[in-house]
Amino acid sequence: MGVITTFLLVVVVLPLAALLWESKKSGVHGFWQIVSSPEAVAALELTFGAAFTVALINAVLGTITAWVLVRDDFRGKALVNAVIDLPFALPTIVAGLTLLALYGPRSPLGAHVAYTRGAIVLALCFVTLPFVVRTVQPVLLELDEEMEEAARSLGAGRLAVFRRIVLPNLLPGILSGVVLALARALGEIGSIVVISGNVPYHTEVASVFIFTQIQNGYPDYAAAVAVILLAAAFVLLLAIGALRFFATRHERA
Amino acid sequence: MPRRLGLRAVALGYLVVILLAPLAMVFYRTFENGLHPVWQTLSDPDTLHAFEVTLIATGIAVPLNAVFGVLCGLAIVRRRFPGKGLLNAFIDLPLAVSPVVIGLCLYLLYAPRTGWFGSWLLGHGIQILFALPAIVLATIFVSVPFVAREVIPTLRELGNEQEQAAATLGANRWQRFWRITLPSIRWAVIYGVVLTTARCLGEYGAVAVVSGRIVGKTETATTLVEDLTLNFNTAGAYAVSLVLATIAVLVLVAMTVIRPREGAA
Repeated sequence: MGVITTFLLVVVVLPLAALLWESKKSGVHGFWQIVSSPEAVAALELTFGAAFTVALINAVLGTITAWVLVRDDFRGKALVNAVIDLPFALPTIVAGLTLLALYGPRSPLGAHVAYTRGAIVLALCFVTLPFVVRTVQPVLLELDEEMEEAARSLGAGRLAVFRRIVLPNLLPGILSGVVLALARALGEIGSIVVISGNVPYHTEVASVFIFTQIQNGYPDYAAAVAVILLAAAFVLLLAIGALRFFATRHERA
Repeated sequence: MPRRLGLRAVALGYLVVILLAPLAMVFYRTFENGLHPVWQTLSDPDTLHAFEVTLIATGIAVPLNAVFGVLCGLAIVRRRFPGKGLLNAFIDLPLAVSPVVIGLCLYLLYAPRTGWFGSWLLGHGIQILFALPAIVLATIFVSVPFVAREVIPTLRELGNEQEQAAATLGANRWQRFWRITLPSIRWAVIYGVVLTTARCLGEYGAVAVVSGRIVGKTETATTLVEDLTLNFNTAGAYAVSLVLATIAVLVLVAMTVIRPREGAA
């Protein structure tokens, strides 16, 4: 027990305490002043906006991908299934460079979206791809197709079956995937930094803002925005815990 | 069935646009001008040093996190202690919080003069920030939860009947751990180690803040990719990326091979 506690204290808790201490130094007023400065507001708005957009894209396309991987059958499915995890294995900076190669200034498709907000969404879609797929897939595998057949034999249309039977069963899985993707998207830097251009007020996300402030010698500015990201991470972790609690309610009863 | 084909097209099309086409493009761009520029970058002493720094940090972080992950998993599943719920909920924090925030935390602790331990370290001539120790600390922090997260569900399913049986037959704690528990969770541990390794090798955000990125000294493989890109050495950046991507593909193969076994174990 002592080993775990000491390890966590030194490696995780102490650094976090230093962050909270630094932001406490500037006081509530100072904290508010930094966080409400135009550049910080722009960065935070962009970050949360892009993260929610990407979470939504993942909710739809991730669910469809999981569905295709479980219910559909085609040649090379095993390979596709393995490739889904690639964004977890690939260093994020390589992910960014990869996207720059195809969607950057030298794009062979003429699809030059680099240094725009669209590029940020693209990068975030890349790194968050596996989350919803991997949380929905096991639920879908367990889901009894007989339920759907019963509904269909009782006259339910495809849409009704999906809305009334499939979706309610998948929802906890989709939501936990979305929350994980959201957490990841809020804090992402590696894949964004090479493709977004990092223009303040326009394509500068919160994590890049923090990075720049540290480099320029304003750790108090960095700390204030970092506290917001940290708070968001805490809230999302609590949400995941609550979802897990809800999803296992029948097992516990 | 057209509906099925439609969904398949959407899913596969998305994967191609977001994942496969860009990767193919990197391969093409890397070898566009032949093997020479690739070799030139990869045999450069600064490149080799960057990989060395990355490997050292990974080599320290992975074993530490593996031991911690197993101990932490055992504590969460098998024991009752105050703060257990809290530990279980927040063990994932390093995955949920931005790596830059983690880097900033370490910066605030160890920055010379201004950091909590800054003046003490300075007085004793110990450098942590902008040196290897900070890179190692950042790498450990970002990859803390992986092994624990894999081990916890496996331990839950395992139960402790076998261990109790061993205990009644006179096995002590060490024997029970080495002969019963560890062999039962070995695939989960290996899977966690694979994920940890991938994360350590690829860490960018936290390391970029604390390493100082001194070429030939504290540059890591990932920060080198960014510097090469910024210096318009695109071929070099792609070459280093390709090495990292190859490692990622190997990791992927390992994951694909291990996962079914983990389910079976």
